[in-house]
Amino acid sequence: MTSRLIGKTPNRRSVLGGMAAGAGALALPTFFPGYTHAQSAEPIRLGFQLHRTGIGASYGRWYERTATAALNVLNEAGGINGRPVEILFEDDGTDPARGAEVFGKLATQSNCDLVFGALFSHVVIGTAPRAAEMKVPYLVCSEGHHVASGMLNRWTLQPGITDVKSQVQGMAPFVTQNLGKKVTMIFPDFAFGHDHRDYFTAACAAQGGEVIAQIAIPPTETSFTRYFPQIPAETEVIYHVMVGPAVLTFVKELGEFYGSGARPQLFGFIDSLEAVDIASPGLEFLEGSHFWEAHPRYKQADASEHEVFYRNAVGVDDNGASVTDPADVATYAHMFSVWETLFVIKAGMEAAGYQGPADRQKLVEAIEAMTAFAESREHPQGDKTFNGKTHQAFGHQNISQVQGGKLIRVHRTSLEDGYYPDEVDYTTQSF
Amino acid sequence: MSAGARIWALHLAALALLAAGGVLLPAYHLTNFAKVMVLATYAMGYNIAFGYTGLLSLGHALFFGAGLYGAGMLVQHAGAAAGPAAIAGLLAGGAMAGVVGLLALRTQGVAFMIVTLMFAQAGYLTILYNTAWTRGDEGIVIAREARVLLGFDLSADLPRYFAAFALFAAGLVLKLWLVRSPSGRVMIALRENEERSRMLGYDPYARKLAALVISGLYAGAAGAAYGLLFGYVGASLASTQYSILPLLWVLLGGAGTVLGPFVGALLMFYLIDYSSAVTTASLLVVGVALVLLVLFAPKGILGTLRERWLKWLP
Repeated sequence: MTSRLIGKTPNRRSVLGGMAAGAGALALPTFFPGYTHAQSAEPIRLGFQLHRTGIGASYGRWYERTATAALNVLNEAGGINGRPVEILFEDDGTDPARGAEVFGKLATQSNCDLVFGALFSHVVIGTAPRAAEMKVPYLVCSEGHHVASGMLNRWTLQPGITDVKSQVQGMAPFVTQNLGKKVTMIFPDFAFGHDHRDYFTAACAAQGGEVIAQIAIPPTETSFTRYFPQIPAETEVIYHVMVGPAVLTFVKELGEFYGSGARPQLFGFIDSLEAVDIASPGLEFLEGSHFWEAHPRYKQADASEHEVFYRNAVGVDDNGASVTDPADVATYAHMFSVWETLFVIKAGMEAAGYQGPADRQKLVEAIEAMTAFAESREHPQGDKTFNGKTHQAFGHQNISQVQGGKLIRVHRTSLEDGYYPDEVDYTTQSF
Repeated sequence: MSAGARIWALHLAALALLAAGGVLLPAYHLTNFAKVMVLATYAMGYNIAFGYTGLLSLGHALFFGAGLYGAGMLVQHAGAAAGPAAIAGLLAGGAMAGVVGLLALRTQGVAFMIVTLMFAQAGYLTILYNTAWTRGDEGIVIAREARVLLGFDLSADLPRYFAAFALFAAGLVLKLWLVRSPSGRVMIALRENEERSRMLGYDPYARKLAALVISGLYAGAAGAAYGLLFGYVGASLASTQYSILPLLWVLLGGAGTVLGPFVGALLMFYLIDYSSAVTTASLLVVGVALVLLVLFAPKGILGTLRERWLKWLP
């Protein structure tokens, strides 16, 4: 046979016939699994709207590390639908205007299938309209109530972290039953603080407690001493949610105000001290006080195997700092949301049979159809429920006490503690 | 060709190029150019006050914010349509500039800068504190249903581009006419020598107030357009940064030139866009660019072109 082929000159008809056969073969990829594989092995490209610079940079640094660690785990386990996954990070400067531009860049210039990862509420709210315009899924890690409030749109979902309304509602029973019923709130005088003011005041009243004073601190303030005399003497609990660079001054001055004498119980949100070492000089006053944490920074005695796996994968030591630099404290209470969101994306794409951008709507519908996430490597913070109508996840919350300079969990809320009536049904909205 | 014809030909050609961009630009750049045209409209207004009249304001974010929130809150809380909201934003910017001007124009130079800065800061904090109305730092989303003007969906790429183009073109033509008119000449005279203008019989206070109000109208229109075209109204857009930005755009493009603000806004936008892809120090890149500009082309790009080659450039 070989000899018969040697020296055989192909004529015009045979060449054309061969070309036609070749073209036909290419049009029938089932005959050529190699070609099919080449197509399906095209990486899925996920855009990440990263707060690499600006006010959210300390979060952004850890969100990037968390996303990268999760991506490695994901790809080592076969990617999504057998396809490798890439994450393209773009810095949004923690700015809403730039956030929308970055979203467009990721979706059109970088051809990302979706965009995820944003934390700061103003960036999320500034970007969400662009997601709806471009019909590109936008999965946020923001913990703001703006998703579940109905303010945004069908393309924006928050499956990786509980929203602040639920968090605050879940905390209130512990505060009123264990710390005191007469609460004075100290909060920054802008939307983040106002959310806490409104949600906690209502939740506290529902538990039989009372917010007896609300002290709003202007965001431009750098010293707080003059506000402390406004704290009523009968205050049993001070609820504080100060954020920003002046927070260390706030705690230090509060300590100086009360000195070594009796003081009310302190309850705060760890947002104030994310990426800050609890053992920092000046924070000794916090010993014995309580903090909300979505995810305990310090490795707890009863840490699950999934939590240990996650902590090791991201490179965080038992004290919540980088394994390579103990001074580099993680934004541990929040950053799990990036990890968990990536695995929700995987589950959603696989449920939707996601092939490419044409299936974006199917992906949103697949996530909307989800109802619960079991505690697992994919969800190391704990089990959660997901409300497809409001696009919002609900998880357990933790209350930790500063004991010996470390945060030790003393209470974990149930999922039901954080539920509230739906405020929107996104599934009734058109795409 | 007469000087006037040449001037109009140049600016109409620039507008024709931008109109063609609506068809030729890819999606990402289409949205970027729409945003640049809106911001350039804001900068053109700033240029009327600063570049032509010599009023170095650090408070224009208040006028931009007035337009932004004037339109946005009318839509959000009163259910207004895009057309009336845009007009409300335009008027809010002008009215705010009028009120601020009445007080701030009693000062000059550095004092004027500081007074305008303080007014803008007061406006910014007002937005920040009144979350019940403004949602403070988070801002508000303008619903897509409300972003329809004359039957065009402003949330779609092409209508948005041409709406931004229409705003920019109207602003450019109006500005070109203004600066070449007798009133425009008086503005320039005030910038060059206020006392001599007064001696010639012009009322500097009234003329400067008029220039500031016109500048405020531009800022208000741009603010309203920003909210309606991009669907977001937030406090960060009324922060000090948005008082500094139009100054930088104008300085980069050329103060006292009609097209300079557009050139400056466009270059600054893409300088940040491209540099942020390769470094976290994108603002340093912008800073270095501005330092180089001050050293080698202190009158900005078009200002330098005018000085060296194109003496007729308005």
